[in-house]
Amino acid sequence: MSETVLELDGVVKEFPGVRALDGVHLQVRAGEVHCLLGQNGAGKSTLIKVLAGVHKPDAGTVTWQGSPVSFANPQAAMKAGIATIYQELDLVDHLSVAENVFLGQEPSRFGFVHRRTAASRTRTVLQRLGHPEIPVHRLVEALPSAGKQIVSMARALSHEAKLIIMDEPSAVLAHDEVANLFRIIRELTAEGIAVVYISHRLEEIREIGDRVTVLKDGRTSAVDLPARTTPTRDLVSKMTGRSIEYVFPPREGTPGEVLLQVSGLSRAQEFHDVSFTVRTGEIVGIAGLVGSGRSELLETVYGARTPESGTVSFAGRNLPAGSVAAAVRAGLGLAPEERKSQALLLAEPVYRNITLTTFGRYAHGGFTDAGREQAEASRIADALELRPRDVRRPAGTLSGGNQQKVVVGRWLLGDTRLLLLDEPTRGVDVGARAELYQVIRDLARRGVGVLLVSSEVPEVLGLADRVLVMREGRLIKQAPAGELTEDDVLDLVMAGSLSPTSS
Amino acid sequence: MTAQTSVVERGGWWRTIPTESLWRNLGLVGVLVVLFVIGAIIRPDLYGDSDWVVNNMLVILQQAAAIGVVTVGVTFVIIGGGIDLSVGALIALAGVWSTTLATQSYGAGGMIFAAIAVGTIAGALNGLLIAYGRLVPFIATLAMLVAARGLAAQISGKQTQVSGNQFINGIATTRVAGIPMLVIILAVAAALGWVLLNRTTFGRRTVAIGSNAEAARLAGINVRRHTLLLYALSGLCCGIGAIMLTSLATSAQAAAAELYELDAIAAAIIGGTLLSGGRGTIVGSMFGVIVFSAITNLFAIANLPTEVQNMVKGGIIVLAVLIQQIRFRSLTALFRKP
Repeated sequence: MSETVLELDGVVKEFPGVRALDGVHLQVRAGEVHCLLGQNGAGKSTLIKVLAGVHKPDAGTVTWQGSPVSFANPQAAMKAGIATIYQELDLVDHLSVAENVFLGQEPSRFGFVHRRTAASRTRTVLQRLGHPEIPVHRLVEALPSAGKQIVSMARALSHEAKLIIMDEPSAVLAHDEVANLFRIIRELTAEGIAVVYISHRLEEIREIGDRVTVLKDGRTSAVDLPARTTPTRDLVSKMTGRSIEYVFPPREGTPGEVLLQVSGLSRAQEFHDVSFTVRTGEIVGIAGLVGSGRSELLETVYGARTPESGTVSFAGRNLPAGSVAAAVRAGLGLAPEERKSQALLLAEPVYRNITLTTFGRYAHGGFTDAGREQAEASRIADALELRPRDVRRPAGTLSGGNQQKVVVGRWLLGDTRLLLLDEPTRGVDVGARAELYQVIRDLARRGVGVLLVSSEVPEVLGLADRVLVMREGRLIKQAPAGELTEDDVLDLVMAGSLSPTSS
Repeated sequence: MTAQTSVVERGGWWRTIPTESLWRNLGLVGVLVVLFVIGAIIRPDLYGDSDWVVNNMLVILQQAAAIGVVTVGVTFVIIGGGIDLSVGALIALAGVWSTTLATQSYGAGGMIFAAIAVGTIAGALNGLLIAYGRLVPFIATLAMLVAARGLAAQISGKQTQVSGNQFINGIATTRVAGIPMLVIILAVAAALGWVLLNRTTFGRRTVAIGSNAEAARLAGINVRRHTLLLYALSGLCCGIGAIMLTSLATSAQAAAAELYELDAIAAAIIGGTLLSGGRGTIVGSMFGVIVFSAITNLFAIANLPTEVQNMVKGGIIVLAVLIQQIRFRSLTALFRKP
């Protein structure tokens, strides 16, 4: 058995009004993948920040490589050999790959950055990560999400980290990219580097994890469970106190007439000649990898991007190209992929976020009606079981799942007839997921059409009536969800990347 | 009923956010008190006379009037996520345009119309460049600053244009119930601004766009049109400010209202408006304007040079922003999900 590199004992961290960590125990060994499980708000993020030197614990001990430590700042933690890859990658978009990798520790001579050394060492690290194709002088902003994550990892390696903390690394990755991530993790652990891996996806934990520590309400509710053999029911019950899994509510009702008709829609480099329909009361799911053009397609239907050719017809009328306002007036709603940057006003109260598209309707002669807005928003908060209920709280104080409820709830007000959902459950904990599934099904039962994009194939299959599979910007398959299995869909989705001739 | 309970749920720490601006305003009142006390120490002879004190306060407000109206517009632009560097130049342009002999021949109504129309149209041009031409607000309004001053100099031939209109000139000397007309105009503009920001859909859209323009756009708000309107509103305020300045000086010139843009932005900032948009108050901005005006007044009373005065103003801006950052940081720490 390998040695313990990191040990936390009774760690407590308090913020005004909330005890985020309330006695956490954690033991990580060299060369293992230690998974951290817990619902949103269980304290995972705070724990990571304690390890990364962002927060100082109020009580308890952190033992790193045999000696007690207290990191004054993130640089100190990094110097000690703990690197953190955050969910929202902390890269500088306007710097190059190499500059990001060596940010803050640039190889220099006489005070001048030695660019050639930085570039060559970056190439070495990228090679080691299996991504020699990433150009070291390219600006980071030009890279896809997966590429940015590789750069983050390269930065961790360049620091010669002994422990790498990964906060939901797979959330921004498509299926085949996750496989590559796992390969890299296995290589790292083979070299004796410990990995703390955080994910909401149990199947990933089964595949990559060695041991699991479960957090619940700021406390450790289970330590050192074997990742592969612990029954899912046990893991879920440790997280929630209830035993639920991914529960899809039963399908009810039958789809009505055609609501949305997309014909020959194209945008260069994004998607090509896409045609499909969505009927009233129908849930249509789009399966595809990141970069398959699915999010771009959704945004184009919504008018947020202008198509180069093709039409979007809604309830028998063509929507003007590239006008979100017209789409919203017609009855479309979008819950975009990036909640925080695309959907929410974080500092504004929850009710103003919920009424962001409808406050004009409640207004009288241009004067807003805050009382009515709060009442309407409260109705939605009740229907969606928003926690906490107070709709005057800033939206930024809510957990990911509850933020998503706010975004979806926005479209429950007013006359939304077609709801576009882009990764509605990303970063949403198990309990809130089940509630969101219920909401989506309820909407369909009431005759609202739903077009859903998700990276999680079981979610698409479990929720949708009909499934569209996208690969490299093309619709390659349309079928009722009942006729497809997870393996079928994965095969279709990934065929392009595995065997290009099979299409 | 549950819907009811969630509306009237008891308060928690987040209740502190509305009072955040209250604390800041109290702080600015404190600064005013300190300035008053300093004045009283320096010139006990003047401050002993209560009539003089009341009158001096009105002078402070009167001096703040034109810049105050402009600051209302600038506050809207900043809350909406933009910046307007052209306000001083637009005042000069509107002032010069409305005091040409040709315009003056249309009488007071014509002059007021000209000033407001010129300001609004130039502001709308800013908005057009920014919203539809995708220019960065800083660049677009900087270009407008240079161009508008140039045009004002061209129109006036670099001469001071005297206003011969008794109505316009009389505005600055009129008092209603002892309160100068210019102060009343400022109060009305501030009140209208407050209502517009806090009680109308226009204000809600402004805050939404300043908080997160992409989210506002995807929620169906016409961000471009609203951005255009924000800069037009700022221009409109400049037009009103131009009339007020013309009335005070009984003349207009291309070099008028120099550096008003910086005073207006600084007043908004020390009043608590976030330069990144999404948050700010009209009341705070007005306090900011009055504090600056009070400093100018105090230096005049104490016979101190304007150089020192500008250094003090600079110091106050830095201090205000430092305090804002500390408070904001503690606030964001709370926002962050543990």
